Amino acid sequence: MTATQEPGLKEAPTQEIGRDRRRKEDQRLITGRTRWTDNIVLPGMLHIAMVRSPFAHARITGVDTEAAKAAPNVVDVFTGSEVADVQGVIANAWPLSAEQKAPDHPPMAVDRVAFAGEIVAVVVARSAAEAQDAAELIDVEYDELPAVIDLKRAAADDVLAHPDLGTNISSVWTLDSAEGGTGGNVDEAIAEARENGIVIEREYRQQRLIPAFMEPRSTVVDPTGEQYVVWSATQIPHIARFLLAATTGTPESKIRYIAPDVGGGFGGKLQTTPEEWLTFLAAKRTGKPVKYTESRSESLMSGHHGRDQWQRLTLAATKEGRVTGLKVDLLADMGAYIGIVGGGVPVLGAWMFNSIYKWDAYRFTTTQVLTNKTWVDAYRGAGRPEATYGIERLMTELAAELGKDPLEVREMNWIKHDEFPFTTVAGMTYDSGDYEAATARSKELFGYDELRAEQQRRRDAGDPVQLGIGVSTYTEMCGLAPSRVLGQLNYGAGGWEHAEIRMLPTGKVEVITGTSPHGQGHETAWSQIVADRLGVPFEDVEVLHGDTQISVRGLDTYGSRSLVIGGEALVRAADKVVERAKPLAAHMLEASPDDLEFAGGRLQVRGTDQGVTIQEVATAAWTAHDLPDGLEPNLDASATYDPVNFSFPHGTHLCAMEVDTETGRVRMRKYVAVDDIGNIVNPLIVSGQVHGGLVQGISQALWEEAVHDEGGTLVSGTLVDYLLPTAADTISFETDHTTSPSTTNTLGTKGVGEAGTIASTPAVVNAIVDAVRHLGVTDIRMPCSPERVWRAIQQAQKGAGQ
Amino acid sequence: MNPAPFEYLAPTTVDEAVAALVEHGDEAKILAGGQSLLPVLRMRLNAPEWVIDLGRIETLRGVRDAGDHLVIGAMTTHDQVLHDPLVHEHALLVTKAVTQLADAQVRHRGTFGGALAHADPGGDLGAPTLALDATFVITGPSGTRSVPAAEFFVDLFETAIGEDEILTEVQVPKYDGWGAHYEKFVRVSHQWPIIAVAATVRLDGDTIAEARVGLTNMGSTPVRATAVEEALAGQPATPDAVQQAAAHAADGTSPPTDLNGDAEYRRHLATVLTRRAVLAAAGRNGT
Ligand SMILES: Cc1cc2nc3c(=O)[nH]c(=O)nc-3n(C[C@H](O)[C@H](O)[C@H](O)COP(=O)(O)OP(=O)(O)OC[C@H]3O[C@@H](n4cnc5c(N)ncnc54)[C@H](O)[C@@H]3O)c2cc1C
Repeated sequence: MTATQEPGLKEAPTQEIGRDRRRKEDQRLITGRTRWTDNIVLPGMLHIAMVRSPFAHARITGVDTEAAKAAPNVVDVFTGSEVADVQGVIANAWPLSAEQKAPDHPPMAVDRVAFAGEIVAVVVARSAAEAQDAAELIDVEYDELPAVIDLKRAAADDVLAHPDLGTNISSVWTLDSAEGGTGGNVDEAIAEARENGIVIEREYRQQRLIPAFMEPRSTVVDPTGEQYVVWSATQIPHIARFLLAATTGTPESKIRYIAPDVGGGFGGKLQTTPEEWLTFLAAKRTGKPVKYTESRSESLMSGHHGRDQWQRLTLAATKEGRVTGLKVDLLADMGAYIGIVGGGVPVLGAWMFNSIYKWDAYRFTTTQVLTNKTWVDAYRGAGRPEATYGIERLMTELAAELGKDPLEVREMNWIKHDEFPFTTVAGMTYDSGDYEAATARSKELFGYDELRAEQQRRRDAGDPVQLGIGVSTYTEMCGLAPSRVLGQLNYGAGGWEHAEIRMLPTGKVEVITGTSPHGQGHETAWSQIVADRLGVPFEDVEVLHGDTQISVRGLDTYGSRSLVIGGEALVRAADKVVERAKPLAAHMLEASPDDLEFAGGRLQVRGTDQGVTIQEVATAAWTAHDLPDGLEPNLDASATYDPVNFSFPHGTHLCAMEVDTETGRVRMRKYVAVDDIGNIVNPLIVSGQVHGGLVQGISQALWEEAVHDEGGTLVSGTLVDYLLPTAADTISFETDHTTSPSTTNTLGTKGVGEAGTIASTPAVVNAIVDAVRHLGVTDIRMPCSPERVWRAIQQAQKGAGQ
Repeated sequence: MNPAPFEYLAPTTVDEAVAALVEHGDEAKILAGGQSLLPVLRMRLNAPEWVIDLGRIETLRGVRDAGDHLVIGAMTTHDQVLHDPLVHEHALLVTKAVTQLADAQVRHRGTFGGALAHADPGGDLGAPTLALDATFVITGPSGTRSVPAAEFFVDLFETAIGEDEILTEVQVPKYDGWGAHYEKFVRVSHQWPIIAVAATVRLDGDTIAEARVGLTNMGSTPVRATAVEEALAGQPATPDAVQQAAAHAADGTSPPTDLNGDAEYRRHLATVLTRRAVLAAAGRNGT
């Protein structure tokens, strides 16, 4: 700093948005200094153990808790029938329509269990070990009932998951372009294609997955103060508070919900859980703080699952490869209960099967089916990965049928960059995008032509290791969501987001967000946004979240909504702070507010060097010694923003896979992701989201699958059998971006949290199938285990030999 | 989850440990590195009343040269075995197998003896010790006895170790100058093997003079692929010759069926991976 500089005038900070700042929250996270829910210890705290049903479907005929009650240091034991009236219910917040059939979902089973893992008794003791010891002493008598485990069998209704409902079909939901006026009649398109074009019919399986966040779910409830304080490893403290009040009759004002640092969620903590509700109940009953932390086995068995669909798809195209129509018939496994948004997750696919393509006619039908398994709900991407997989596999099959390059067929059908904004056959309006640019960049990074040449060489040489190239040109809709649209879809809440900015007397800034980060790095990104918007140093901004006493309004974090909605709320709140500062700044400068301009953190009289920083104005507002008449001594501002549209990131992902035809083992050779997510606030954070997202999607393609046996027991019930990759199992991805700023938010950003997961699964499977297509293989079911790949080759060869 | 309550003993000599086993009989469980036992206890699949920790018995640790063979103490950790120069020099096949056993954390805790005593058919040490004709030294109330590898593995999770006995050491004959390879087939790196092939060969010029081949997870115990060994002896170390011999790899095996593959697939894998393992052990790359 030079001595001639005026006091209080700092050099304008460099632009924060676009800087690859390291995440400021990481220091406490990676040094283990943070406070997770399970680290919380309160005086006199009690612990819970759950007794869970080993049966998938059974009537509870008796629960003997005497021995458990007499066990050392046991304080309370209760069963479902004892608390039936007071335990509340687990919410089904997206029923789709009034006709939906949904079983009651009590936190603890009262007289019947509907999946293996359902809670039937709760033990409260002075230590977790004592609670578990006592839980072993509880004797539950069951009358086993016929269970329906398989999704297709369940759809046939011969065994009922919930006999009282009379059917396993929970709901059927349709979007039809002819009926909605957004396109033609799909049956006509298919009939025409059968005559004069090409029809591709396929059935794909979306296997069941388990969200495997790092931190198990955990809840602590302290009932000793005026408010019940609930700490929970959740993505949705605000929604959970509302639902706890709404379903237990406790006034909302008597509940404070806190999501402290939360170690991952991926949708798996987007739920109000039986365990939270029962911990609350135990605290209420005993009057003492109570903690429950699940074991990994409990997490795998009874934390909700994801995906689980059968997709029947019929695509109609002209002989040249122009798609004229698509008919989608989904069967979606709900599991035993309808989760918080589980009933609607498959419906999100309705706007995504048409993806980046233009076609004439479209019909989407999804049937939600109840089974006696763990319930299914949102898992990273929720409905869009399923749809993207279906269409990207199908477009690849169309290309194969035509003998054309898969990128060429896509280009023939996609929306051109000069056609935005574009209203799709599903009725969604995409604001911006450039599929040509993303594809061109991706091909270049990938070395597309060279890899195709190598593929040909390996084929010609009959190499036991074959090479395949997979394409995924995806888009997705995120940023949930315009409240009006949600209302039309019978969704239980709005989609707005809230932010608040407090200008502290020292000029420091507290930012309060209604989003609830659980690993995404909002504290850093939000600080960057506010630093730029208010022209204050990054270090002067503190981001607060997750505690309903501090963050009073919010709708939390899921569906890649935080930046595109929460970020916009933040921008608007910051702009309000500047507006509020103007009259006082003008007063301090003896100028008219109209003559002030705001830049680089300074309110300055236009055309002069007279100015004050917004931080100085904050101090002046606090002392309030010299204010213009009638001005409130306060610059703080808040904004609640309801989005006008979804956000539509897109990109082109290219994947090269090697397939060892002798063993079926696959190996990733190269992966390029070029994503268009609009303007980027922090490239490092984006890179983390993309890399993590890619691995999660790749993992669905190659490794993960929740498997139940015929009796409904989860066979992949530990991480020995539920295969998760580590860094050792992946390669270094090449990632890059093209940029078509969003036109619906000030910063021009689009969501990135789910993009990698949505895009990568079909890219990988397309690559594997491409590697062995010349051997006669046209499909391999996920996860593409070595055995499945080997068998697909064997069967194709056998078929060819006949 | 927490294990059910148990009493804990940490003797400092083998005699004390054996005495404790005699006293508590089938109410007792030995604790070595705990990498298999603790998950079992924590998931409450087993609830012994006594846990007898061998961790303080110094004589059970370490690798030493005993002339024509090596002695690996039962409580030597996988990580110690992995980095032991004697093992590398005289029993390369063991080093190769341990490199791929679990992850660094598990290798620092888990022990050579614990893994063998546990006798998981998917364990990575059974096939190499079987192929190398190791000898298992077991101590009980009536003294010490030596059991050849071929008799040590009895069944799934069952060995020749009696209820009141302890595995104290494993003697591995020296295979100086033999090439070795452990071909482990997994879907993710930290996985137990779907199957694995342990192969070690002595070359005489370009000819395979002798070969030893063991298979992991091709039955309820590790399996010796004797038909392959016999077929290999005296053959040139060429892909064709090795492939012909390896075709016998699955002879007489009864591999399991599970989420990672059925028995038929495992039998097929055994032939492919045996060919690869033998060629790699012979220093012949590629397929
Ligand atoms: C995440 C993970 C991944 C793993 N992956 C692999 C893998 O890929 N390949 C592989 O081979 N192994 C794997 N293991 C197992 C590992 O090798 C263990 O070290 C081994 O199975 C048990 O050894 P331990 O010393 O921990 O024995 P413990 O767990 O302490 O004991 C195991 C059993 O052996 C008995 N026992 C132990 N020592 C003796 C003795 N001296 N005499 C008599 N009985 C005894 C115990 O009573 C117990 O029943 C894995 C383990 C984990 C946790």
